[in-house]
Amino acid sequence: MSTNPDSLVPQQIAELPWRTIFLVLAIGGFGMLVLFSAAGGNLQPWAWSHAVRFSLFLAMAIFLSHLREEHWKFFAYPLYVATLIALVGVEALGQVRGGSQRWLDLGFIRIQPSEIMKPVLILALARYYDSLPAAELRRFVAIWPAAILIALPAALVVIQPDLGTTVALAVGGLTVMFLAGLPMRLFIGGALAVAALVPIAFQFLLEDYQRNRVLTFLNPENDPLGTGYHITQSKIAIGSGGLFGKGFLNGTQSHLSYLPEGHTDFVFATMAEEFGLLGGLLLIGGFLLLIRWGLRVGQRSKSNFAKLTSAGLSMTIFFYVAINLMMGMGLAPVVGIPLPLVSFGGSAMMTVMICIGILMSLDRQQRVKR
Amino acid sequence: MIGRRKKRRRNKLSANDNMRRMMFSRRAALVGGAQLGIGGLLAARMGWIAIAENEQWRLLSESNRVQLTLITPRRGWIVDRAGQPIAMNRSDFRVDLIPDRVQNSQEILATLTDLLDLPEDEVARINEDLETAAGAQPVQVAAGLEWEQFAAVNVRLPDLPGVAPVQGFARYYPAGAAVGHLVGYVGAPTREQYLEENENPLLLFPGFKVGKDGLEKTFEETLRGEPGAQRSEVTARGELVRELETRPDRAGETLRLTVDAGLQEYVGRRLGNESGSAVVMNCRTGDVLAMASMPCFDPNSFSDGISHAEYDMLSEDERVPLRNKTLLGMYPPGSTFKPMTALAALSGDVDPEEIVYCGGGYTLGNRRFGCLGVHGPMNLHRAIARSCNTYFYTMGRRVGIQKIAYAARKMGLGAEYPIPVANQNYGTVPDDEWLPRRYDREWTDSDTLNTSIGQGYLLTTPMQLAVMSARLASGRNVVPRLVQGERSQAPLLDGVSQEHIARVRAGMDEVVNGAGTAPRARLPLDGVRLAGKTGTAQVVNLSSGRGGRGVPWRYRDHGLFVSFAPADDPLYACAVVVEHGMSGGRAASPVARDAITYLYDKEIALESLDRLETEWGGDIFTRMARQEAEYRYANGLEQRAGLPTVTPPEPEEDAAMPDGAQQPPQ
Repeated sequence: MSTNPDSLVPQQIAELPWRTIFLVLAIGGFGMLVLFSAAGGNLQPWAWSHAVRFSLFLAMAIFLSHLREEHWKFFAYPLYVATLIALVGVEALGQVRGGSQRWLDLGFIRIQPSEIMKPVLILALARYYDSLPAAELRRFVAIWPAAILIALPAALVVIQPDLGTTVALAVGGLTVMFLAGLPMRLFIGGALAVAALVPIAFQFLLEDYQRNRVLTFLNPENDPLGTGYHITQSKIAIGSGGLFGKGFLNGTQSHLSYLPEGHTDFVFATMAEEFGLLGGLLLIGGFLLLIRWGLRVGQRSKSNFAKLTSAGLSMTIFFYVAINLMMGMGLAPVVGIPLPLVSFGGSAMMTVMICIGILMSLDRQQRVKR
Repeated sequence: MIGRRKKRRRNKLSANDNMRRMMFSRRAALVGGAQLGIGGLLAARMGWIAIAENEQWRLLSESNRVQLTLITPRRGWIVDRAGQPIAMNRSDFRVDLIPDRVQNSQEILATLTDLLDLPEDEVARINEDLETAAGAQPVQVAAGLEWEQFAAVNVRLPDLPGVAPVQGFARYYPAGAAVGHLVGYVGAPTREQYLEENENPLLLFPGFKVGKDGLEKTFEETLRGEPGAQRSEVTARGELVRELETRPDRAGETLRLTVDAGLQEYVGRRLGNESGSAVVMNCRTGDVLAMASMPCFDPNSFSDGISHAEYDMLSEDERVPLRNKTLLGMYPPGSTFKPMTALAALSGDVDPEEIVYCGGGYTLGNRRFGCLGVHGPMNLHRAIARSCNTYFYTMGRRVGIQKIAYAARKMGLGAEYPIPVANQNYGTVPDDEWLPRRYDREWTDSDTLNTSIGQGYLLTTPMQLAVMSARLASGRNVVPRLVQGERSQAPLLDGVSQEHIARVRAGMDEVVNGAGTAPRARLPLDGVRLAGKTGTAQVVNLSSGRGGRGVPWRYRDHGLFVSFAPADDPLYACAVVVEHGMSGGRAASPVARDAITYLYDKEIALESLDRLETEWGGDIFTRMARQEAEYRYANGLEQRAGLPTVTPPEPEEDAAMPDGAQQPPQ
């Protein structure tokens, strides 16, 4: 524990990735502000517990950042297996109790294994490709184990049924496969195959309510009082905000309850109504900075494992943000994906904080090495 | 050891590893670029919504936030000449259904039937209305509810989506059927009316009524008033946050009529069970004091939404309660026309003292035109008093049809009057120019003879007969007025000699008060005499002679009576038509007598009415209720459920002639 004589703060503190922490704090703080307004200018019921939760998870992320790359690498497979077992457990519990259940109650916290699976899947895939010699990349052995790693949790999640998380897992996993260097033609061919399969899947694989959501998304006016109502009200909130918004605490869509789920899935609309396009650009910019940082961590890393993990985790964070915003602006169906760090709720925040924690740990590794 | 092995392997694969790194960098840049692109797309999309489409979304946000509630204006009253209400508003509890918001109409109707004791035919009507009603247009379930029933519905509202309890005002006509045809009625606007008024949202307001017939329709604009509006901020669940601003409503204007409400009701009641019409006018100003057409619908029933059974009963009744006979019923004037022939004769330089001998008829060529009696020597005065056909055949033929038609038109026949009603018939005053045009036939002397005694092609409405009496009574160019305006006497008639008119009046005095055909019409008053002229108009040409007691009701002759009082200085004119009343003196003249009596002494008039109503079995309300009960019983209410839709009727566009086409006699 040596201290830097030039600095007034202990080295351990100084070594923290402050820029990233400030960025995360700024996003989370803005979220708290929006939740404060969504409750009509009250800390209760959302803003305060959001702040508490945010602080705890940020502390957890900082703690995670002190783990080393070897640890992540070592725990990648065990974590994957454990989470997979938890997913099966949730499913079994759901079967017993009837109806679908997505979380495990550990007494002090409820854990959604499907959320944990997002970073864990990335770790496992990165671990796999890290151990795969470059020469094998063009062989079948580069594909099928990874495909199984993705397919198992995806299958368990899709029967929950949770389409949003399934897609998130697939997108994260495919990103790792893509970056690992699998032949490009596989992805192009795959994309074409998916395009061909979508109509069939739509017809036979989706649940009725999921199908309706997609249909409503394509044509919200068909169902102005059902699911289309959500999209329309969200667009009204965003559109009526204009450039500078109606002002803090002055949103009518949110305060008069026209905007459904204004503190969770449609928190971006709540924000945009009061802070306008300007607030929206700031928030989008903030997230893009965070994701760019994650990709940079990957590019600076020496090891394949660190590279793939960083890029995959960045993609996971990006996927949350992009789908949530597209949903709010009527560009994607309503799939119930929250805006990380801003929406009220623990699961997504925990996932994203885990991602950030791992990224910080990989970042730290390089800086300490340097 | 382990470290060295690792190193070796790394060196061996370093070429591959480098390639792998480069590939990662390339692909990572691709992924990053895609993410940036999507981020940019999102920012652009947001800019598009928030800036380019801002206007549209802001409006929608406002229309979410602000709820506009209409405040319906209170309908203006209709009052009589003294300010006594004829049509007014009373507070009303009602329940409507909004078809748009009803989810399970059968279940809800069952609950409502239970709560409100709806009769079966009402449920049928509601079902039919629900099928035809469009979206937001409320369908009435029940009106005029007791507070307890209304409260019972209110309590269960959360379980009754689409049910709208409304506390508002309903139109109320205290005199009921006696004023039905005078004022008309109000009802829920039709879809056509809604579209005609450019989708005026007021017309969709639950419980809002518009005038459908009569004065209620003609004066819709002034009676309606201006709706107010209340802007308030509401949450998505409809909770009121705060009121923003209110624009008060402006109640409809009061419409003041020339009618005397007491007399109007009296006349309506006095017509009793007869099918007919009576008009009383001020013969100097033209103010219509009463115009009744009976039997009549109860306008209160229409305003509350009429039931199937009641509507069917009204439309099947052979006495056509749905037709305003005062303005639309057309009758041959019969002998009440003889004063016109007398005026024509006088204008044709006939000496009123010239004697025509009545031997019971008049022969034209080889045709015999009969008289009702053998009157002997007749001058003008006696001919009017005894209603001698022979005299008027003779004189009518002598002066010719043109003079007769001229006199008739001068006295107001064959004309439409500038009164605010939706429809009126103008009847027919035939002449030698009209007949070829209408029937492609030349005018003959026998046509002149028929016209001279008020038969043939002549057709008049009771209103026209009243105008004729008024002009005879005052010698003034009286035009009927229904709405109170500046009061002025009508100018004297020009083109008709006042002296001639006075002679005819003297004859009419004799009809009632001397040796005439209407002794029953003598007023039970001291110092006031009624003058008049009876008429009996043939309905069909019966081989057995006149249509009297021995034939079915609808073939019997109409009874008519025109009159004025006081005979020496007339103030009031009155015309009465009793359909199929067999004779004017018997059926029509007592009605006129009692109506005029009412104007001078209400007590005497009401006493005689009370006696009559006891004889008939109660007042109008009682008799109509009994009639409806009998009708319901006779038709069996159960079977009514399946009948086709009946909407309250729009007023008839053109009224047909009364029963039986008129034909010239013999």
